[in-house]
Formats: sequence, C-alpha cells, structure tokens
Amino acid sequence: MSDAIRIPTMAEFAASGEAPEVLFWVGCAGSFDDRARKITKAFVRILSAARVRFAVLGQEESCTGDPARRAGNEFLFQMQALNNVTVLNGYGVKRIVTACPHCFNTLKNEYPALGGSYEVMHHTQFINALLKEGRIKVEGGGFAGKRITFHDPCYLGRGNGEYEAPREVLLKLDAALMELKRSRQNGLCCGAGGGQMFKEPEPGSRDVNLERSEEALGAKPDIIAAGCPFCNTMLTDGVKHFNKEGEVVVKDVAELIAEAGEL
Amino acid sequence: MIAQALFGTLFIAALALFARNIRRIGRNIHLGRPEARNDRKGERWALMARVALGQSKMVARPVAGVMHILIYAGFVIINLEVLEIVIDGLFGTHRVFAFLGGFYDFLIGGFEVLAVGVLLACVVFIARRAVLQLPRFHKPEMKGWPSKDAMIILVTEIALMGAFLKMNAADQVLAQRGVEHYSTAGSYPVSALLQPFFMGMSDGAVIAFERFFWWFHILGILAFLNYLVVSKHLHILLAFPNVWYSKLAPRTEFANMPRITGEVRSMVDPSVPPPDPAQPRTVAGVEMTERFGAKDVFDLSWKSLMDAYSCTECGRCTSECPANLTGKLLSPRKIMMDTRDRLEEVGKAIDAKGKWEDDGKSLHSRISEEELWACTTCNACTQACPVNIDPVSIIMEMRRYKVMEESSTRPALTSMFNNIENNGAPWAFGPDRRMEWADEMKS
Repeated sequence: MSDAIRIPTMAEFAASGEAPEVLFWVGCAGSFDDRARKITKAFVRILSAARVRFAVLGQEESCTGDPARRAGNEFLFQMQALNNVTVLNGYGVKRIVTACPHCFNTLKNEYPALGGSYEVMHHTQFINALLKEGRIKVEGGGFAGKRITFHDPCYLGRGNGEYEAPREVLLKLDAALMELKRSRQNGLCCGAGGGQMFKEPEPGSRDVNLERSEEALGAKPDIIAAGCPFCNTMLTDGVKHFNKEGEVVVKDVAELIAEAGEL
Repeated sequence: MIAQALFGTLFIAALALFARNIRRIGRNIHLGRPEARNDRKGERWALMARVALGQSKMVARPVAGVMHILIYAGFVIINLEVLEIVIDGLFGTHRVFAFLGGFYDFLIGGFEVLAVGVLLACVVFIARRAVLQLPRFHKPEMKGWPSKDAMIILVTEIALMGAFLKMNAADQVLAQRGVEHYSTAGSYPVSALLQPFFMGMSDGAVIAFERFFWWFHILGILAFLNYLVVSKHLHILLAFPNVWYSKLAPRTEFANMPRITGEVRSMVDPSVPPPDPAQPRTVAGVEMTERFGAKDVFDLSWKSLMDAYSCTECGRCTSECPANLTGKLLSPRKIMMDTRDRLEEVGKAIDAKGKWEDDGKSLHSRISEEELWACTTCNACTQACPVNIDPVSIIMEMRRYKVMEESSTRPALTSMFNNIENNGAPWAFGPDRRMEWADEMKS
C-alpha cells in the first residue's frame, strides 16, 4: 500500500491554494539518520492510513536550532529560528506535529518569543488523538505475550509534562507494558540531550546510555519503546553493547503502531 | 532587673546583627541581572503553599521526607514557645501565657512531643551521614566545611531541644515544691521523665539549672539565627521566596536572549537597523556592560543567585544527575555551592572596598569546562530539588559565555555548529537530501 502514499510539500499545497490539516516537521534526524528515517516512514504511513491531510516542508525545513542553543550558540539558534519562523508564518502554518521531542520543545516553547506561535504536538500525542477519534484502529496487533517498556524522553516528559500519550498508545497493543524503575518525572536521560548527541561524552566511569540501557534490559522486555530519535540511537547502541540485539529491539511508538495496524 | 536588661540587650543585638546580614545577602542577590519573576501570582502562591509550606517534593524520598517534616513542624511550631520565652525574658514574667489554661497545657505538651520528634529526626540524620554514609553526603564537594556545617546544625538542634526539655523538667520540679515565681501551668508529658534528675537537689541548685537551660536555650536560638546567614541552613528562610519565584515555564524551555534577536534581525535584513548598544548597568559602584552568557555572578539572573543561597546541599540533584551517576565531574549541587561561594567572595570584596574591583577571578575559576559540557539538560536536577533550584540555567549561561564570548567549545560541537550554519542540519547533509526518505517510500 506504500505506493499509494503521497507526501506533499507545503509549497505544493500553497500552489493549489489549499492548506493542510497539519504540518509534519520531520526534523534532521528523521530526514537524515538511517534509523530515524524508519520512524518518519512509519509515522507517514499512520498519517496516510488515517487520511490526515498533512504536508512536509521538504527542502525548506531547516534545523530548529535546538542543539545550537543547548550548546551555547544563541546566535546560531536565533538565525535558524528566525528563518524557520519566516517560512512557517509565510505558509500560515497553524498546527505542527513532529516525531522529535527536541523539535517539539523548541517549536512549541521557544519559537513564540521569536514570533512563531503554533499548536505543536508530539507524534505520540497525535497518534493518541487519531486512535481516540477512531481515525485509525489498532487491535492488539500480534504483540500478545510480548513485554514492552517505555523510555520517557526528557524533553517530552520532564520538559513538557507529557507522560500519558505514549503510554495510552502503547496500551492499545496486546502486550504487557512494564514501567522502568526510573520512569515518568524520574526517568533517566539517555545521554543525548544538551548537545551530547554531537560530541564525545566527557570523561567518566561509563556512558549514560549504558546506564539507561542496562536498566531497561533489567525489565526483561522484548521491546524497548522510545519516542525520540536520539533516545532511539542511544538505546539501540546500549542494547548492542550488552549483546542483546538478538532478543530485544528498540522501536519508536509510531513504528509499533504502524506494525500493529499493518500499515 | 539586671537579667532583663542583659536579655534585652542581647536580644536586640542578635536581631540587629541578623538584619544586617540579611540585608547583605539581599544586596548580593541583587548583584545579579534583573529578570521579571512576578507574573502569575496566584500560581506562585499555590506553588509556594504546596512545595515550600507543604514540603511536597521532600516526600519523594519518604524516610528523609518524613524526618524532615518532623524537624520542620517542630521548628515552626516550637517557635510559638520562643515568643513566650522572649516576653518572659524582657519583662521578668514567668510563663506569661499560662492564663490560656487548658489550651496552654495542650500547647506545652505538644511542644514537648514535637521536641522529641525533632531530636529523633536529628539523630537519624546524623546517623545517615556518619554511620550509613549515604553516598550523596560524601561527594567531593562535601569535604571539609560543608560536612562540618551539616553536623553543627544537627548537633545544635539536638542541644536546643535537650535544653528546652531539661528547662521544663527543672521548672516543674520547682513549681511542685511551691518555689515562688514558678507555676504548675502547662503539661509536661516528656520532661516529666527527666524530673528525677533534679529531685535530690536543693532549691537553689535546681533554680541554677533551670536558669542555665533557659539561657542556653534562648541564647542558642539567637546564636543559631545568626548562624543561618553563614550556613547552608539559610534554606529554612529562603525556601519560601525561592519557590515563589520558581521558573514556571516548561523545564526544557530556555529563556530567549532579546539582544541577540535584534542583532540577528539586522544581520539577516540590512534594512533593519542594528539594536541600540546595551545600556551598561551600574552594579556595586561599577558600570558593567552586558555580556553574552555568564562570566561571573553579575551576569547571572538574580534568581540564580537566590537559588545559590537557598541550596542546603542535600544533594538530591546530584544523586539523580545522569552525568554524575556515570562518574562525570559534573555535580549540580557543586554548581550551586560554587555560585554561592563566588558570590560570597565578591560580596566580601565589595564590603571591604566599598565597590567592586575586578579580582581576576570569576565563576569559571571554580566551575570547569568539563563540568559544563557534561550536562545533558535533562532537568533531573530541577525535578529533584525540593525547593525548585535550577542549576541548568547557570550551566547554560556559562556555556553561552564560553561559546559566544570566548569561542571555546568542544571540537565536535564546532563541527555541529558549522553543519547547521552551512547545511541547516547538525550533520553534513544538505537540504537537497531532506526528502530522500520520501523518495524511498515511493520506490
């Protein structure tokens, strides 16, 4: 069914004088990272199955500036932000959904001070809404007997107080949802935030992602569910470090729903 | 009469000294950059009621939380008794509130029970530090004075509560003997157990003990009041305003730098004039120009400085910090302690010279780049702090200074900056490849 999927750009919508229901902000990881691209595709399949009239910015999308700001380069952040706000406002964008909690946080919380105010949703919130509205249906989806644990992304959970949406979505699967010892507001970081994704860790006794992956593996899951492309990378690396990649997979919430709905 | 005059003099001197130190701390806090934190007042009062008054974040760790509430309740409620002691001291009365009758019995009995609660909690707290050696109390930044400070506080509280109970015991022995001036008002469920100690003594000896403990207790309290201002124990006062002025924005929202917005707008669009140069701010007799980010305490928000004075070094932040948990140098508690110690250093220099003179040192003399670059901005520390202290803001402002004023960063981050600048992505992929994933879906 994937050959029927159309991925229109904002420019195309604008050319036909129409506006999409929502802009899907793909993000740099979702665009360029091999692993994260799979999340992007899974989410697009969900949007398509739910007949959501969405658009992407395509080549007009540019980094939100989140890593630059966190790494102290406010000039670069604001260059990115002001350019993006110009593009977004130029298209009259009102609603944005993104699969990256860092883009989510920046677009939602930090762009208003620079003239960009939008209704911004994380994709787990969006999927949750689609499920509640009955626009997509997931019936268990062949996860019976599987154990899933969810790793809270800091920028979604502690940062923006969203703990329920990803869990409500995961509960649609006929799997057992295991909570980690450090979860929700006490969730442990994967180690990627604050610019760490793009640098070597500072000297220490171990890497943060191993600390977290070890804890997640301790819950004996079949699947570690993530809601952030960076967490996904960090946890995938961690699972490999412990030689568990044959038994445990790290999957984004969107991928699990797309799988369950056979989308 | 002499005793009253002596008491009055000491009481006023203690309050005056305390007021002077509080003013000094207030002055130091205002060395920081102005920042509006008085919006959404209703929300702030509710937050203060819940987090500071209601200790809601303390009980995230039940043992320490409940023990702390015992001490807190004891401290606040027993202070009603201090009011009576002060009046008695000033006017030579004895148990001036005794006329309250049954209610007085209830109060005094309640104070005694609370005093025992405080005593026990302090013993448990000492045991957690000295016997159980909880790791968070033995991190490198706790060596020396910070650990001693904690012990002084706990031992003092035990001594004060002990004196209070022994004073009551001696007092009641005298009252039962019908010694003039002593009344049997009040109920003494705990100190009654201590009375046998005084039974065999002469009236004069018991009076001597009673007076000794009375003076010890009240002078101890006045001394403790003045100890607060040189100790981490200041949190008992600052916890309340500090929570009131909490960051209400989402934890991961970083404050905008409007000056940079002006500069960037004029860089991008030549028709936009560059912003007016920042007006220098006069601080401690010196004109200071606005920096990008924080080099020293003057560049931090005043709220970060209040945070530093509010920190009681409990270390919950550090024990939740992913960097610290994995052996990195960063400890959010140390960030707060370093900020406070630097602020104190600056404050003392200003007091000595009447104005600020650059001493060649800064926050960066205490906080290393290795610490700054270990932070993941995950906000586990701000979540863990029982009084809503925000170490991340200080780390971020110091990073901003490093990057924008000194062009000093980790090499990989420089590559990331270059990529964003050149390609609009933190990796070396150009915009032309942004839709490759979509092409893959079509094929």
